[in-house]
Amino acid sequence: MVETQFSPYRKQPRVAVVKFASCDGCQLSILNLEDDLLALGAAIDIAYFPEASSNMQEGPYDIAFVEGSITCPEDLPRILELRQQTTTLITIGACATSGGIQALRNWSDIEAFKQAVYPNPEYIQSLSTSTAISEHVSVDYELWGCPIDKRQLLRVLTDLLQGVSPRIPTHNVCIDCKRQGHVCVIVSQGLPCLGPVTRTGCGAICPSMGRDCYGCFGPAEHVSVQPPGVPPNMTSLAQQFHQHLQLIPVEMVRRFRGINGSVQSFSKESDAWESK
Amino acid sequence: MNSDSFQAPSPRLFLRKNFLQLFHALKQLGYQILGPVLSQGAIQWKTITAPEDLPIGWNDRQEPGSYRLEQDSHSRFFNIIHGPESLKPLTFTSRETLLVLDRQDHTFSAKEIQPEIKPTAVLGVRACDLAGLAIQDRIFLNDTYPDPYYEQRREHLLLVAVNCTKAHPACFCASMATGPKAQYGFDLCLTEADEDFLIEAGSRKGLQVLEQLTCSLASEERIIQDKERIAACAASQTRRLPTANLPDALYEAHDHPRWDQVAARCLSCSNCTMVCPTCFCHGVEETPSLDFQQSEHTRVWDSCFAPDHGYIHGKNFRPTTKDRYRMWLTHKLASWIDQFGTSGCVGCGRCITWCPVGIDITEEAQALSQPSD
Repeated sequence: MVETQFSPYRKQPRVAVVKFASCDGCQLSILNLEDDLLALGAAIDIAYFPEASSNMQEGPYDIAFVEGSITCPEDLPRILELRQQTTTLITIGACATSGGIQALRNWSDIEAFKQAVYPNPEYIQSLSTSTAISEHVSVDYELWGCPIDKRQLLRVLTDLLQGVSPRIPTHNVCIDCKRQGHVCVIVSQGLPCLGPVTRTGCGAICPSMGRDCYGCFGPAEHVSVQPPGVPPNMTSLAQQFHQHLQLIPVEMVRRFRGINGSVQSFSKESDAWESK
Repeated sequence: MNSDSFQAPSPRLFLRKNFLQLFHALKQLGYQILGPVLSQGAIQWKTITAPEDLPIGWNDRQEPGSYRLEQDSHSRFFNIIHGPESLKPLTFTSRETLLVLDRQDHTFSAKEIQPEIKPTAVLGVRACDLAGLAIQDRIFLNDTYPDPYYEQRREHLLLVAVNCTKAHPACFCASMATGPKAQYGFDLCLTEADEDFLIEAGSRKGLQVLEQLTCSLASEERIIQDKERIAACAASQTRRLPTANLPDALYEAHDHPRWDQVAARCLSCSNCTMVCPTCFCHGVEETPSLDFQQSEHTRVWDSCFAPDHGYIHGKNFRPTTKDRYRMWLTHKLASWIDQFGTSGCVGCGRCITWCPVGIDITEEAQALSQPSD
């Protein structure tokens, strides 16, 4: 790497990629940075990344990318320990950032699941909730998505290496759709697309395939670790889905209670429809 | 881009069965041809090579927040009034790389990126699109700082307009005096009937094309008949903007309760600004390479509804949706006039149709120009 006078890292920063409850897809997004992996390897010291290497070094770390949500009792000391060992902690993906799809358990009875699924449920030690990393320790930056966008991750690393505060865009999917020339699927097909209230990052993949966005990048402008923006207007979009696209309340609950269902602006809306 | 001394000859009749001649003539002059093509449940500008590529026999049904295509028994080429795209994406592109910066030791060099632009003929341009383009010309081609990217794309366009003989419910060009008849800025203009087109030239370039086509002189009766069809289209429009008292009324409406009501519906999603033929806001993105040796400097479409638009160092001037909607509407319909000598609205109705929750600019302007209690 070229050292600039502003760079906080005089040498290669020590980077850890750590997993909690998750599917590993976001870690794979890092490995999928095929064209950039050599440059990445030259720019950073990958100290801990079990998905990629059995050479697992102990902390402290300059940067930790954290995948997955907190779902088990032993996750709690692990995340506290990692926070203490890490200068810049960045969550990657929906699980780490909002609790993920497994946070649907937050509306259910985990004991009943255990009884139904496992022959010996007494061996299962699981918390009754799945929660975001930021509910337990302070988080410096959040990368949303299921999975994350690998270019966004690369950009955050590039910025950090230059000593620049990463600027993660918070605008919605609609802007990307229009920039790319996709026709709005709400207006032209009557699909309940969450693009207007969902954060950019995916490159508008679903609408580009004629499908409706299901909000895997979390709420647009929702920023828990950066200066506040406007909470997206879920209620107005929900009214449109209900009144003009004829979604019934149970469908409304499912629409807003998805991959990032636990994040407040989505959960408020799904909860409101549950009681209708 | 008319030359001042151009005298338009009287309109001709051009038979539908000869329409392919227009494609040949344009191709011979070196133009690639774009036209409305069925795409993703709407129409978009795409390359066409023959009349069969046009949405023959299709109609659009537009309402606030809804756009649907339907087939009919006619075989007209231009029965779909418009889709989400005005001419804007063809001149002010959504993404334009301006510079590439290369690092050399302790300094850097900047290489300007010049786009490759082909002469392009656009078939099926509406009066509102031309009016929108004329407004963008004032913005991008002003005397002090003409935008070279816009300028080049603009100069390479040949515009074949189509007069509207029907309106969709969101149209209000008549109240903005921008349509439904194409008044300026076209090279050729068509008025479509069942068997033929009335065709007129609006520029020397257009006349050059027209001279290659098999046409006959149109009768006075036919010219009047088509004028009446266009007038009927204007009369059929139900929406209108209260333009007479608008700038003042909006300036006085700064604290009007209507802003809160519209903000409760508005998603701040930017769709209205993206489909607007005149909205010109853009941001600049800097994308460095991981090894810091190169950086790309790119202009992208932005919107006054986007979170970063009102953000300056440490402060967002327009943090709420109410601030943003008020900013957009007041600029579009009032301060735009102070800034550019014209309204920023051409009455195409796209912001009404393509708003996911169907907010109607005419309804909002009407409410805001009434005093609040």
